[in-house]
Amino acid sequence: MDFEQSLRRTRSASVSARSYAAGSKEMTVRDALNSAIDEEMSADPKVFVMGEEVGQYQGAYKITKGLLEKYGPERVYDTPITEAGFTGIGVGAAYAGLKPVVEFMTFNFSMQAIDHIINSAAKSNYMSAGQINVPIVFRGPNGAAAGVGAQHSQCYAAWYASVPGLKVLAPYSAEDARGLLKAAIRDPDPVVFLENELLYGESFPISEEALDSSFCLPIGKAKIERQGKDVTIVTFSKMVGFALKAAEKLAEEGISAEVINLRSIRPLDRATINASVRKTSRLVTVEEGFPQHGVCAEICASVVEESFSYLDAPVERIAGADVPMPYAANLERLALPQVEDIVRAAKRACYRSK
Amino acid sequence: MALSRLSLRSNRFLRPSTTAAALPSSIRRRVSTDTTPITIETAVPFESHLCDAPSRAVETSSAEILSFFRDMARMRRMEIAADSLYKSKLIRGFCHLYDGQEALAVGMEAAITRKDAIITSYRDHCTFLGRGGELVDAFSELMGRKRGCSNGKGGSMHFYKKDACFYGGHGIVGAQIPLGCGLAFAQKYSKEEFVTFTLYGDGAANQGQLFEALNIAALWDLPAILVCENNHYGMGTATWRSAKSPAYFKRGDYVPGLKVDGMDALAVKQACKFAKEHALKNGPIVLEMDTYRYHGHSMSDPGSTYRTRDEVSGVRQVRDPIERVRKLLLSHDIATEKELKDMEKEVRKEVDDAVAQAKESPVPEPSELFTNMYVKDCGVESFGADRKELKVTLT
Repeated sequence: MDFEQSLRRTRSASVSARSYAAGSKEMTVRDALNSAIDEEMSADPKVFVMGEEVGQYQGAYKITKGLLEKYGPERVYDTPITEAGFTGIGVGAAYAGLKPVVEFMTFNFSMQAIDHIINSAAKSNYMSAGQINVPIVFRGPNGAAAGVGAQHSQCYAAWYASVPGLKVLAPYSAEDARGLLKAAIRDPDPVVFLENELLYGESFPISEEALDSSFCLPIGKAKIERQGKDVTIVTFSKMVGFALKAAEKLAEEGISAEVINLRSIRPLDRATINASVRKTSRLVTVEEGFPQHGVCAEICASVVEESFSYLDAPVERIAGADVPMPYAANLERLALPQVEDIVRAAKRACYRSK
Repeated sequence: MALSRLSLRSNRFLRPSTTAAALPSSIRRRVSTDTTPITIETAVPFESHLCDAPSRAVETSSAEILSFFRDMARMRRMEIAADSLYKSKLIRGFCHLYDGQEALAVGMEAAITRKDAIITSYRDHCTFLGRGGELVDAFSELMGRKRGCSNGKGGSMHFYKKDACFYGGHGIVGAQIPLGCGLAFAQKYSKEEFVTFTLYGDGAANQGQLFEALNIAALWDLPAILVCENNHYGMGTATWRSAKSPAYFKRGDYVPGLKVDGMDALAVKQACKFAKEHALKNGPIVLEMDTYRYHGHSMSDPGSTYRTRDEVSGVRQVRDPIERVRKLLLSHDIATEKELKDMEKEVRKEVDDAVAQAKESPVPEPSELFTNMYVKDCGVESFGADRKELKVTLT
């Protein structure tokens, strides 16, 4: 089934159905990702998986569990711990028309290979005026886990999303994981797919449609997870869950928050964000990563530029603290956005005292 | 010094192994299409690491040697013309010239097909030509014109010709090595009996990603041939100052290697033929091509602060790849001096015409700023410097 057909079958990016069919299924993000890779490998023999421990170990986080057994060592490759080397090899294979899914055990290690992601992959189609396209997916856990310290906790969304030529996706739910990963693997351009380790084990309801092997979500379209009228909260990945919890708390205090799950950091769905802010007049952006030059900064700039006269309050940013991630549990908690931070910012935007 | 020893050897072996009597021109065959096999012995022996070196007797033909001459003359003239264009500011930015190294490009092409892949560094103009690229496309690209092989959007360092399996043209030193191993991976994955030649310099030979990629290539038996174009200087740094072990053909350690006289097109052909057979059966191999560039690293480098003018002119006198082939053609009576001079005149005209044509070619449309970022645009927006002035939805 071609991409266009499956696109027409997916829901539009507006309201999510709040009623679930009786006896609806649930799926963990882990299983969602695993099934997505499995289905795409089954559909297209050019798709193969490469990374550290993806084969025999069944995946460091078990995302590629069972794939080696099912597809064999000619489709699932365990690599040595040499990111620059194997990422370059993956990009070269993509130049020749294969469709690699390269796993970084965490995106912190992608820094060893970042030259290949940016200079060898992202820019090639442009520099070659369309001769060399790079249908590759770079995926793995991004951002903070729990107690893993400064070198293993950075969020790379802002870095990668600033590069023209890349697409950068960040799923939240199981449906996001399935639909976006399938779209990424089918996409003829390089995609950075930012997962979250702490979300892998979380279960989400999943529709029959999302379970279909042709299911695909459009790249570049945000999802309104919760409708509201007083303040717009925009975020991605794990923070979507926090924003939804914050919206519940705000509702108890009479503030109706609209929560937008970006799904796609690049392209950024400015249209959906601005349409929402024009409705609510207030913006709170949330991300886990470092605050300076972050994803939130881009969203705030976009809204101030395009919807200035609609704003009734200054734009708000909630982000990770401007420090390397500390280890001690209490400090780590202070270094990351919490639900109360989002609630406080939303109230500020609504000119409500604590 | 090593260079003068080479010159003695090369003079001795330029005499043909089969003596050809000089025939009067009136009854001499037209040799440009003569493909009767002849055997020429290379001047310099191959040095090998973990393998048996190929024979020094190279199978070739008059037609082939003549084509070497013409192709190398064309490459040489192209690079000289580029030098001029750069000095007249029609070429901007970086321009890395290959004159002196032509034997590598033509020798390699003689041993392989257009389905074998080549990937190289930024010193890519002649490699592009060798893969069947047109002169006018090269000059247009250098001058940033629409007609360029990358529509003017790549520049000197980013020539590509995918239909001839030439994957560029890479600006980051050493990056092309894992990429080349990836091309070889794809060839093996698709069960094609083709190989990839990944070219890099003596400077890049120390890059960590080389060893990472070579390790994987050896583990997975990829048909990857790593070709070190050792022109003895990584920009301004001589090999003895940058490599603890400048025996680049041995640095694959567990991977076999061959050291080749890179200024001898026939030796290059033999080595590449040998390497292709090896790679298809046994996985990666390293070829070290002993070569030399007459120009500096790039047009901003005079090339004389780190080497003497005597050294450069010495190599030109004794090892020039085009002169060697000329001597071969003359001593084998394949062509007369006049015929070769005429050929050079034709090539010069070809190049001059291409330059003139390229100069007339228009620059890309402003809308080209935003094209080719993605294959599948999916409604992405892109912005000019003033986003309120220039905003584009990619379709």
